[in-house]
Amino acid sequence: MKNDLLTYLEKLKESGLDTDLEARLQKELVSSGKCHEPPNRDMPCDPALAVAGQSLYSSGDMLVLSQASKPYLYGTGLAKSLDELLERDRLREQDGFPRKIQVGKLIKPGRGRKGKIVVVPTTVEEKFFHDPTIRPPGEGGNSGGTGDEKEGEVIGEQPVREDDGQDGSGPGEGGGGNHEMESSAYDLGKTLSEKFQLPNLKDKGKKRSFTRYTYDLTDKNRGFGQVLDKKATLRKIVETNIALGNLPDVSEIDTSQFLISPHDKVYRVLSREKDYEPQAMLFFLRDYSGSMVGKVTDLVVSQHVMIYSWLLYQYGGQAETRFILHDTEAREVPDFYTYYNSRVAGGTQVSSAYKLVNEIVERENLTKDYNIYVFQGTDGDDWDESGSKALPELEKILTYASRVGVTIAEHGQGETTTVVRYLNSSGLLKKMPELLRMDVMQKDADETRLIEGIKKLIS
Amino acid sequence: MELINQHTKRIMEGCKERARLAGLSFTDESLEYIVTNRDLLELSPKVMIPTLYDYWVHDVEVLRERGKYELYPNNPYETVINTRPPISFYNDNNPDWLNVMIFYHVLGHIDFFQNNLYFRHTWDYDFTGQALSDKRVIAKLRAEKGRWVDYVIEFARSIDNLVDFHGELADLFTPPEADCSARLNYYFDVFLQAEKKIPVSEYIKEVNRYNDCKKAYGELGEKTFFAEAERRYPELEAHFARTAGTHPAPKKDLLRYLLDKSEFLAKDENIWMRSILEIVRKTSIFFQPQIRTKILNEGWASYWHEALFLQDDRIKGHEVDFARVHAGVTSMPRVGMNPYALGMRLFEHVGEQADKGRISFEFQRLKNASERNQFDNDTGAGKNFIFKVRENLSDYLFLKNYLDQDFIDKHKLFVAGKRLDKQRMVWQYYVKSRKAQDYQQMIQDTLYHPPVISVDEKRCFDGNLYLMHKFEGKQLVQEYIANTMVGIEYLWGAPVHLETSEAHMLPATATSANTDEAPEGEITWKRVIYSMNGKVLSRSEI
Repeated sequence: MKNDLLTYLEKLKESGLDTDLEARLQKELVSSGKCHEPPNRDMPCDPALAVAGQSLYSSGDMLVLSQASKPYLYGTGLAKSLDELLERDRLREQDGFPRKIQVGKLIKPGRGRKGKIVVVPTTVEEKFFHDPTIRPPGEGGNSGGTGDEKEGEVIGEQPVREDDGQDGSGPGEGGGGNHEMESSAYDLGKTLSEKFQLPNLKDKGKKRSFTRYTYDLTDKNRGFGQVLDKKATLRKIVETNIALGNLPDVSEIDTSQFLISPHDKVYRVLSREKDYEPQAMLFFLRDYSGSMVGKVTDLVVSQHVMIYSWLLYQYGGQAETRFILHDTEAREVPDFYTYYNSRVAGGTQVSSAYKLVNEIVERENLTKDYNIYVFQGTDGDDWDESGSKALPELEKILTYASRVGVTIAEHGQGETTTVVRYLNSSGLLKKMPELLRMDVMQKDADETRLIEGIKKLIS
Repeated sequence: MELINQHTKRIMEGCKERARLAGLSFTDESLEYIVTNRDLLELSPKVMIPTLYDYWVHDVEVLRERGKYELYPNNPYETVINTRPPISFYNDNNPDWLNVMIFYHVLGHIDFFQNNLYFRHTWDYDFTGQALSDKRVIAKLRAEKGRWVDYVIEFARSIDNLVDFHGELADLFTPPEADCSARLNYYFDVFLQAEKKIPVSEYIKEVNRYNDCKKAYGELGEKTFFAEAERRYPELEAHFARTAGTHPAPKKDLLRYLLDKSEFLAKDENIWMRSILEIVRKTSIFFQPQIRTKILNEGWASYWHEALFLQDDRIKGHEVDFARVHAGVTSMPRVGMNPYALGMRLFEHVGEQADKGRISFEFQRLKNASERNQFDNDTGAGKNFIFKVRENLSDYLFLKNYLDQDFIDKHKLFVAGKRLDKQRMVWQYYVKSRKAQDYQQMIQDTLYHPPVISVDEKRCFDGNLYLMHKFEGKQLVQEYIANTMVGIEYLWGAPVHLETSEAHMLPATATSANTDEAPEGEITWKRVIYSMNGKVLSRSEI
């Protein structure tokens, strides 16, 4: 595969390629062939090393001596005070102080389809502290230990989890997915849930929803019930009285002669109706090529986490999601976990991802039953300079998709990136603003910027 | 929360008797409570002080991010608090033998609280009582001022780690006879040094002359001394008169400085804020010694729970249970730090060394290894000595003085390094060094050490406040600077400047990238000034 890429690069060179770009491509090429596997969390962890990073101050008598367990914070207890705390936070802003409460752990991506939302308010007590992460070279990261080994001997290993970000093989995002987000993200989630829905949602292939019901006064019942249906009741009364012979002359009705049987009263009763909902299919596309190292991947993934968690929140099981990763080739991954954690390496062909979307849609005939949304995240690099491969595929997507949202996290090297360039020059953005949205941000964008981005993409 | 039952209390009283016989000393009364999971939830944010003032941050989980304990080195799950009487907390389902062990541990802590001199300022009052009245003050203020009370608490807490704890202690230990007249202080501290700038030899001569005068003339010594001094410096009296009243103030911490000097806080409508600052400062100073004696305190308690438990005749038959729990608490981890284990072993080591008379110049002077090994004067002074250590030292001094190569070798300690194996994407832990010096350094690095930030009055112009961060090879957590300074500016009522140092990492050189160490760049330091003016932070390099 590496050779294929080399020949492709040669071809590109022949057709003229500026040196800067060539260097970038070469760099990506070096990393191609490295594996994209998410860091292996199942690697057994040496229990002796479990406390390696622990500080002197982290052990307390209660837990160590009495072997008590740490009191567990219940989500429900927290949720109750959450609105109160957020209200306090809002007041802070009003009083001219920066907000302080963060809503953390919006989503815990698990293996399989187990996306779990846990909302925990957290805050930091900011003080002047020495920064323990800044150390003179050769110092720090050290700990104490006991044992018989000689100096220099290795005593144990631990799989790399967080804080790595080494060139070429950094995971998209570290940690178990405890993604801290500003409270505004929560606010946004709420607002989005209240105000926004997926754009351009059409009634397609409605399937019966098993989770949602509407309650309506549609059923009728004779004798008792919630609301008297006057018209139906009157009709029944008339029927009964005709049968009884109380209504000899139709032109002259004496209603006072009517007999009213309790059984004639017709009531409407509240009943549970199964609801029908439109189906939505969301494609998440992420560039995991070598150039996506560091912050840019962070941004893209963060934004997709937000969209994904909002979807989970808002649409429950209704919105279905597919995850596609691409470098020069695209592949579909089964769950958000893999999508979220796969490491970056290799070259870039945006078209491959578009193509895969088209293939999937065609193969499974999704257009018939689903509203299709595509969210794509990239740093804007593409080996396909002119977009000659990507654009036709994208146009094809636009024929059936309800919205395509492209997020571009630029490295900030000054020039406009390839993808931005060919998207702009194609005129697609202007031609169908309802269907195609693009959001370009710099790599130092913060959470608020990400949220702005989401608004732009789905509003 | 409820008190332990009579049966268990009787066990505790038995423990007290035995502990006293062994030499521990503590007040007679103590309170023991059973706590439930729910109690613990409420207590832990308040550092186990049930009467601590309410503050909304206690309702929110404080961010458990990287280095949490390095930044907030207060473990909320302690069993015993330093009050009068001391209060300790227990699970309700502990068997008696385990309670005995925990009781001894708790008594070790109580003895430590009541005898270690770093706790001297906490001896004369009951903190829970104090905290309760503070809590009421704050509750009353909150009823009047609403959420602004919480802002003031927040801002005061944001600098509560900059309290001058040692200065506070120094006042308690200055003997009355060390006080001398203002004139004498001025002459030696300011006049000779700052104004005349006389050389050290001259200065010492003057000191000697003063001592001679004192010896020869007694009461009249000072007068005689100054008669001569005035002859030599006729301007002395005039200078002294001019500085009268502006005697250089003792070094103050930022919170105290704000309390005394802030014009904003002195305004009638803001005067209530002062009581909050006082409360926050007092609370912080109360907890300071606890953070600075973690290893010592846990080591001392572990040392005694082991010694006393094994001698206790009441719980025969539970030696194996005890051994299991005790080992869990005090075994040296393969990699990592355990204050219980380290402190306990160091106390044992110090006791043994003192017993053999090795804590002496005579022993230190020895170079010959076998002579060192055999050195034993059999002084039997070990027990006395560890009581001295418990009385006089903090973690820093304890480690600095007694963690030596003999100790490292005996317990096979080493500094464990961590490096990245890029091929396999694993962190490798390896033995980095077995030198006592390196071990010392490693452990000193992890000890609690708040930045030293003081007010530089010489640079405070136009009512601005100028803070100077003393450079100790560390930079401040940058993302916290802005909000902390917002708080100081609010309390000061005018712009605030902070002079500090910042690290700039140079990218790792090619050679270092090829070694197996995780690539680390060189650090260069720059002095910068952060200015907070109208809640807007600006930064400039010097």
